[in-house]
This record gives sequence, C-alpha cells and structure tokens, in this order.
Amino acid sequence: MIEQPDSKSLSEKSAAIEVSQLTMKYGSSLIQQNLNFSVQKGDVFVIMGGSGCGKSTLLKHMIGLYQPAAGTIAYDGRDYFSATDIQQLKMRKRWGVTYQSGALFSAMTLAENVSLPLTQYTRMKPAEMADLVRYKLALVGLAGFEDYYPSEISGGMAKRAGLARAMALDPEVLFFDEPSAGLDPLSAKRLDDLILQLSQSLGVTIVIVTHELESIFAIGSNGVFLDAQTKTQLDTGAPSYMLNHSAQPLVRDFLSRGQGHQQRSGEICR
Amino acid sequence: MGLVKSVTGIFTGFSFVYMLVALFYQYFFVRYGHLDSMVSPGFKITRNVSPEYLSASLSGHWDRYQTLPDTEQIFSELESENVQTFEVLTDPSFRWDSQFSAWLLKLQRYCDRSKIKLMLSGLPEEAHTLHQLATAVPLQTSSNKTAFFSINLFQSIIKGLLQWLEDFVLFLGEITLGILRIFRLRSDARRGDFFQFLHQAGPAALPIVTLLSFLVGMILAYLGTVQLRQFGAEVYVADLVGVGMVREMGALMTAIIMAGRTGAAYAAQLGTMQVNEEVDALTTLGIKTVDYLVLPRMLALVVAMPLLTLYSDILGMLGGGVVALSMDITFTQYVHQLSGAFAMSDVMTGLFKSLVFALLISFAGCQAGLACGRSSAAVGKATTTAVVTAIVYLVVADAGLNILYFQLGI
Repeated sequence: MIEQPDSKSLSEKSAAIEVSQLTMKYGSSLIQQNLNFSVQKGDVFVIMGGSGCGKSTLLKHMIGLYQPAAGTIAYDGRDYFSATDIQQLKMRKRWGVTYQSGALFSAMTLAENVSLPLTQYTRMKPAEMADLVRYKLALVGLAGFEDYYPSEISGGMAKRAGLARAMALDPEVLFFDEPSAGLDPLSAKRLDDLILQLSQSLGVTIVIVTHELESIFAIGSNGVFLDAQTKTQLDTGAPSYMLNHSAQPLVRDFLSRGQGHQQRSGEICR
Repeated sequence: MGLVKSVTGIFTGFSFVYMLVALFYQYFFVRYGHLDSMVSPGFKITRNVSPEYLSASLSGHWDRYQTLPDTEQIFSELESENVQTFEVLTDPSFRWDSQFSAWLLKLQRYCDRSKIKLMLSGLPEEAHTLHQLATAVPLQTSSNKTAFFSINLFQSIIKGLLQWLEDFVLFLGEITLGILRIFRLRSDARRGDFFQFLHQAGPAALPIVTLLSFLVGMILAYLGTVQLRQFGAEVYVADLVGVGMVREMGALMTAIIMAGRTGAAYAAQLGTMQVNEEVDALTTLGIKTVDYLVLPRMLALVVAMPLLTLYSDILGMLGGGVVALSMDITFTQYVHQLSGAFAMSDVMTGLFKSLVFALLISFAGCQAGLACGRSSAAVGKATTTAVVTAIVYLVVADAGLNILYFQLGI
C-alpha cells in the first residue's frame, strides 16, 4: 500500500472544517448525501466533480448560506448550524468567500468594496483603512484601481478584486467558487499562482470548487470527489494520489481526462 | 405630352416584364436550380425470408431537398405483422443527410416502443455513427411541463395561498427584527444609503407626480361639474375636488406611481444583486441583508410618500381650480368653497393611507427582489411580481381603510 504523499499525521495538522453525514437537498430533490470529509489547516482543498453534481451547492452549505437537510459542518470542532447567531457571526468573520463572478457591489468602487467588511467590523481610521485597502488591492495585482467601478474592469480583474475583498479581514479560511471559470488559460494560471502563494505565505486554509484539471493538480493538496449519479462522494484524498490510486474508476477517468479508462480497456482487450 | 406618356408607358411595361423574369429566374434557378441531378427517394419492402423478419431497401436521395416518401407503409407493416427484426438496407443510389437521420431516429423510437430489433448495418458508416451518437444517451422520460388545468387546481391555489402567507409572515418578521435592531443601535443599515434612496423616492419623483395629480384634479372637476350642473350647484365642484384628492386620490395616485416607479426599481435592484451573488456576498460578510438592503429603501419611501401625497393633494386642487375657472366660477369662490370643504382630519386620513401604502409598496418590491432567481428572466419576473403585488395590496388596503374610516366615522 502506497502512502498518500500529502497525508501528515493528525497531530501535525488539525481539522479546520469537519463535514460529517452531510445531506443536501434543494426543495425536495436530493443533491448529495452522506458526505464525510475534513479539511486540515493549511490545506488547499479541492471540491471536484462533473458539471451539476452539487459542488457549488456544497460550498454554499460550507459558508452557511444553505441549511443542510441532515448532518453537520463543524469549524474547529463546533457545528455551525446549531450555533447561536452571534457564534455564527464570529465564525463567518474568520472566512473570506470569493464568488464565481466576483459578486462585487456594483454601486461601489473597488476601494469601497474592499473596505466594506472593515467598516463593518473594525474601528480603523479612514486613512489607515485606505492604506490597507490599497495594500490588499496591490496584493491581487490591482494597484491603482481603487476608484474604478466593477463595471469598468474585466472579468478576471473582478475576480481578483473579489479576492481582495474576501481577504480584507485576514481570514483563516478562504473559499473560492470556480475561480478560473471564464478566464483565459494565462489569467487562470496567474490566479492559481496567486492562490498558492497566498496559502503558502499567509498560511490560509483554502477550499476551492473547480473542475479545471490544471488547477486541481497545480494547487490541490487534498480534495473530495462528488458524483452526480450516485449522489454521494466517491473518494477523498490528494488529487495527484487519486489520479493513479483511487479505487473508483470514475475518479481516475475524471482526473486523467478519460485517458486512464482507455488504457485500462486496452489492457482488458489484451 | 403624348411623348411623355408613351415613354412612361414603355418604361412601366419593361420594368414589369423584367420583374417577372427576375421572379421566374429566382424561383426556378436560384432556388431549385441545383436540384436537377436529384434522384427522388424511395424504398422497397422485402419480407420473404421469414415471417419475423422484414427488410426495406432505401434508394435515391433521402435529404432535405426532397420530400421523403410516405413511410407509413413501413410502420403499418411493422405493426400488422409479427415482426421481430427489421433491417434497413441501402442500394448504390442512396444519398442521405440529417433529414434521413431524423427519420431514422423516429424509426428507432418506434422500434424501441414495439420491441422490434432494428438492424442498421446496411447503412453508410457515417450515417450509422451519427445514429449511434444520437441514441447514445437514453431518452429523458420525465417531463418539465406541469399540467395547466390539473384536477388539483383547487389544491394548488390553496398551496399557493399558504406559501404566500408563509413568505409574507417570514419577511414581515425579519423586517420587524431589523427595525428593532435600529432602535437598539445594532443595525447594519447605513445612513448614506438612506439619503440616496430618499432622493430617488422623493424629489426625483416630483415631475411625474405633478403631471398626474394635476390631471386627476381636472378629471375629478369635470366629472363633478357635469353632475352638479343638473342641480345648478356647480360651485360644489370645489368640495368634490378637495375631499376627493385629500381623502382618496392624492394618496392612491401617488402610491400607484410609486409602485410602478420605485417598487419596480427596488425589485430590479435587489433581483440583479441576487443574480450577481452580491446578496450572498453580503451574507457571508456577516451583514444582514434586511438591514442593509431593505430597511433604507423602506424608510426612504415611508418618509417620502406622505410628503409626495401632500404635494399631490395641492396639485390636484390646482388642476380642479383650472377647470372651475373655465366653468364661470371665480377664483375667490373656488378658494372659499375649498377651504370649507375638508378638515384637518380628512388630510390626516389621506396621509395615514399613504404611510400604509409606502410600507406595502416597499415590502412587495423588496420581497420580490430578494426572492429573485438566478437568471435574467427571473429579474423581469420579480419586477412584474413586485408591481402586481403592490397594486393588489394597495387596492385591498385602500378598501379596508375606507371601511375602517366609515365605521369609525372619521
């Protein structure tokens, strides 16, 4: 049995997020059930799966937007959905979320967007806040764009600005919903690099929804694979490990873009 | 003159002939010119191998430039006799395009339904491959259509009403909690937003309110004059306009304008934010959407509407006055009659109405906006819902308030 390359002993890492027996429903239709996985501190955790299998829905459960039909999602050992409003707010303050389209507030400039969480939760002076906003925007490569409106910048820039807003409060966990969707390969790569650098230098735990194989292998250190047919997770582990060693043929197929399947069927023929 | 006439005649004649030629050319050569090398499609059924086996040999051009032969014969043969296997063969003259493929898919579905084995190995390889592609994923059998006139119509109405009631109560509760948070100084609402919305709902609405109120005043005056003239009591038109505007039309007209203007805008703004995931982003930033998005809008309308209603009352009386002046009533008479027509309590009833209307309009607008789906079509739907609901609320509330006022004797 080959050891998983990225698995370190539990004493070294502790679970930042623990999902157990999670069932998600939309109205009466079942999306996913019996999800069990944990995200360790410092992980870049990838939620994988085919189109329409509920990846984004899972993310929205993890950030507390949707209520699970059953099961728990615990942060540092505390279940989010059974916590009181104030506890939930405290937990939420430690996360940053970037959305598929950036979800910037269109009536505000980039600087106002990034400073919104700061005005909401800190007692910083306007000048200090302006400095911090400038720094956060510079960090995502948007120095000098403080006074632009979201409609005046490109899609890739909007996503990076969304990332700057998500990082405004120095979160411990960053969630990304399809960060590279709709970006050209170079911009997508730059965003991947940015995410990786942030996770390494800031020690942020990152949860990311994506089906881009390049991103998955470039940045993912751990992950879960959801399946639309069986409506549950097929496998968890590091993507590079699952590529060759997953017990599920579908996972290997997905990660190798169907190449593994052809090889195997070739083997069977021989 | 004769020369001009004959030249025109010749010209007209030539252009007519040219037109016919052009039409003819287009019809026969451009449109069907490439069809001369076509072989019309046909088929021949063979059934002499065994009673359970049937085959059809296709010939000619089975494509979209030809009318496909009447293949009902094939289907009826397949139905009438106890056929287990049907084989499609082709002869060398056979040509095909997606018109043929479409027919083939129909045949396949028919055979699947009747449990007949369809053999297609006699087809050209490309046609066979395409057919496999089209039948690779099984037919989706469940439908997304819901029956329009279902037997459960009554049940669905009840369900809809209960759903509406639940949404209404939930949203009302959230708003109440939000208002309580304002008083406890724990609200996420922002003052700057409030003033911006106040401007949109107040001063920015003045032109349209001016125009419509003035006209409604005139309408009331004309309506009254025609009736009152029969009794020679035309001067009472001032009473009619005054009481009509102050108690009823001022508040109702302003409300209808604001429902179409501001209520719809609220729904569209919040709906677009919902589509753009901005509402989600707010929630994850720990900001309460009701405080941040709904309350500033609601308060702005609640402040603006009574003021607009007062303004509308005055404009309506002016409009009525213009009509009265044209009906041989002097200005002094009109003003004197008007001043005795209504009391302060009448004005208050109108203002109270406008307060209720403001709450209802912003309630309907914001609720529809926040309940918006994730597509651009959903924003349009949310806007429609906002306006329709608001107007229904308005009329129902108006009727209710009038009954209340009557019972209380105000």
